[in-house]
Amino acid sequence: MGNYLLRRLIVAVPSLLGISLILFVLLALAPGDPFGELATNPNVPPEVREALRVKFGMNDPILLRYVRWLIAMMHGDWGFSFASRVNVDTLILQRIPTTLYVVGTAQILALAVALPVGVLAARRPYSIFDQIANTFAFIGFSLPTFFTGLLLILIFSVNLGWLPFVYRADLQATGWQWWWESIKQAIMPITVLGLYQAASYTRYVRSAVLDVIKLDYVTTARAKGLDERKVIVKHVVRNALIPVVTLVALQMPTVFGGAIVTEQIFRIPGIGSLLISAILANDTPVIMAVTFVFACLVVLFNLIADILYGWLDPRISFR
Amino acid sequence: MNERDLRRQIADVKTGRLSRREFVQRMIAVGLTAPMAGAMLAHSGIAVAAEAIPYKPTKAGGGGPLKLLLWQAPTLLNPHFAVGTKDQEACRLFYEPLAGWDKEGNLVPILAAEIPSKENGGLAADGLSVIWKLKPGVKWHDGKPFTADDVVFNWEYANNPETSAVSIGSYKNVKAVEKIDDLTVKLIFPQPTPFWADAFVASFGCIIPKHLFGDYIGAKSREAPANLKPVGTGPYMFVDFKPGDTVAGKRFPDYHVPTQPYFDTVEIKGGGDAVSAARAVLQTGEYDYGYNLQVEDEILTKLEAGGQGKTELTLTGNIEYIGLNVTDPNVEVDGERASLKTKHPLFSDPEVRRAINLLIDRASVQKFIYGRAGVATPNFLNNPERYRSKNNSFEFSIEKANQILDAAGWKKGASGIREKDGKPLKFVFQTSINGPRQKNQAIIKQACQKAGIDVELKSVVASVFFSSDVANPDTYTHFYCDMQMYQTTMPQADPQFFMNQFTSWECATKENKWQGRNVCRWQNKDYDETYKLAQSELDPVKRAALFIKLNDLVVRDNYVLPEINRLNAIGVKNGMVLYKSGWDNDLAFIASWYRAS
Repeated sequence: MGNYLLRRLIVAVPSLLGISLILFVLLALAPGDPFGELATNPNVPPEVREALRVKFGMNDPILLRYVRWLIAMMHGDWGFSFASRVNVDTLILQRIPTTLYVVGTAQILALAVALPVGVLAARRPYSIFDQIANTFAFIGFSLPTFFTGLLLILIFSVNLGWLPFVYRADLQATGWQWWWESIKQAIMPITVLGLYQAASYTRYVRSAVLDVIKLDYVTTARAKGLDERKVIVKHVVRNALIPVVTLVALQMPTVFGGAIVTEQIFRIPGIGSLLISAILANDTPVIMAVTFVFACLVVLFNLIADILYGWLDPRISFR
Repeated sequence: MNERDLRRQIADVKTGRLSRREFVQRMIAVGLTAPMAGAMLAHSGIAVAAEAIPYKPTKAGGGGPLKLLLWQAPTLLNPHFAVGTKDQEACRLFYEPLAGWDKEGNLVPILAAEIPSKENGGLAADGLSVIWKLKPGVKWHDGKPFTADDVVFNWEYANNPETSAVSIGSYKNVKAVEKIDDLTVKLIFPQPTPFWADAFVASFGCIIPKHLFGDYIGAKSREAPANLKPVGTGPYMFVDFKPGDTVAGKRFPDYHVPTQPYFDTVEIKGGGDAVSAARAVLQTGEYDYGYNLQVEDEILTKLEAGGQGKTELTLTGNIEYIGLNVTDPNVEVDGERASLKTKHPLFSDPEVRRAINLLIDRASVQKFIYGRAGVATPNFLNNPERYRSKNNSFEFSIEKANQILDAAGWKKGASGIREKDGKPLKFVFQTSINGPRQKNQAIIKQACQKAGIDVELKSVVASVFFSSDVANPDTYTHFYCDMQMYQTTMPQADPQFFMNQFTSWECATKENKWQGRNVCRWQNKDYDETYKLAQSELDPVKRAALFIKLNDLVVRDNYVLPEINRLNAIGVKNGMVLYKSGWDNDLAFIASWYRAS
């Protein structure tokens, strides 16, 4: 086990290096530059623009820039944003809590909906409940979040006027008022994200449970005269959830990565909106840092998923 | 209109036969800016009493929160680094310049005690120096007094290339800034400078405190803690800043105007898109103000029906124009496309250019695309339709265009496309990706088709089109295309910077890495000489006449085809009274904003 872990970690290093090199080169080759806004402003002389490019090292060869970035990164220096001249790690840390709150809650909501619905639907396949659940699951993951988001805004903000559609990270209220306000403003984005995720989880849980429920040992358990409840919870779900756990673990990076589209619609200051505004402003250090952190998380959670899998299912051994 | 006409009109203002306002409007009509008109009157000894900014509340505070929505989120709060409007706006909550520009284009003193003039001895007769008197009793948010040292420091700070301030353009033409006493500074220029109100005025003129930034001049500029926690003299004190998201402030109790500001707290929320920003102000009323609502007029009108707010439009000098390439983008000379050594095969025929100008249906573009937010114009220097210039006019006539082309020998071929000497009348027209622009392209293409011209449309993502990337051939400064359209902005009240975009030495070429501002690569000796004269002409009246001439020279050659003068639309919640000028930032006078009960 210890050996396995070590080997996996060692393998992760070159793959992360490879990812970072590809990301860096892609960004460097991509069109656009962070000083575009300066270009259209007649007040700013072109020499200033050129001086900034030189100062930020934009005119050096790509590989030199990459090595410079890598060395700085090793020292824990993530560079600074061209757009705000603030350190990138500060920017990212500022955004993490909001993203964790909104996307994390949405994941919990998704699981809370998908688990019972998926299990119940699989228990009686093709029953009315299963048909309804299936239909909703299909609708759920066929509708993109930008559509459901706008729909909810139209209904609950514009027509009914119940919920605000601009998310504020700096609510002025205190105490209970603060709690109420922060729940109120998060309802719509969490619902949109949660139900979208729930739809695909439901399908997954259902098929996983269906695979298990037909197995002989379940029949044996029933034949022993065990309570149906016990059969489902202890014998079926326990085994059926092994692949689901892996799926959820692999979804974890998105919890940190944020939801780009939904964050944009509701103006949630999360990682996703940081990434999109950095891309629009060609703010390379920020794009680089966010995507690289994301890559690290994907590698890390893949590892966690593998370990978890082995732990849950002793038939799998680490070699 | 020449110099003599101008003098006569000024005399009329003196004797009272012409009102001041009317004079300003007439000047705007010939393509001058209101500030220039004001400068002419001031120079001729006509007192310029700046209109008082309306403000009803009798004491500061008590207004509750002020909520502003900028759909482009501010990313930094140092006015000397503030590239985009969004950042400049956010800086204006905390920082102030010596003076700002009002609606009529007059200078309004903010941190200055008075505006320098010949009468108060502020302006030197030779145009080589200006003396600013500072307002006494102004305090920084941390309680330290604001003095001449701070003003001198800002010049040193911005002028140091190592600081890499984007405001350097406003300061590098000042030779020295001297402190005369604690409340007086003298600016010395290397040559006679007619436009002296650049340094320390408006957005790049905002003053930062010496005691907090003094150690961070030059290469260390990025490390100053105050970059993120501004301490200024403005109406609001810093509370919180999350780059790309929110800026929060609270009322500064020691503000130098005792009855201002009205609101207790202020919050800028950023991010999202223009349409939903318009919705949050106009339809649901979640916010008090929404900036730069570049939304189609049709949608704005629909949202206004929500009854929570209304759209306000302000005149600006921003021009949506079409440029024809003077050089040939399809021929390579010395490894450079669109080299100055080439001539465009089609557009070098002036009759073709005249015909194309006739094929731009400006009235329809205004009516169907920009609505209230754009005014069709034949002039390059700002010109609202109400006071349309008598010097130039525009016309849309397919018939006339056809006649002109027929007469010039461009005959229709079998495919219905005109040609002459084996050259078909066919070209590529590019612009950035933006809803209204693509519609605009289609309107022009249609008209051209009817006149036997084949236009191929091309659109480039805005972040590429407007980038200064040397290696990318699709930027607007490379202009490797026959025709292109975009908006050129006039951020300053004085047109000197604005008009240098047609001087020969500004041509965008490989040599200057396409950094030049003259992207059509139009060259004209007369223009160059007139421009040089305008640069050093101290008499505002003569200078104004020179600018009119410059405008006419550009426009009449038909390489540059102005189309729409775009207005700035903002959303204002019902009850808000806000003073805003098209010649300065929206939030320049935020201290005077209030809510009528």
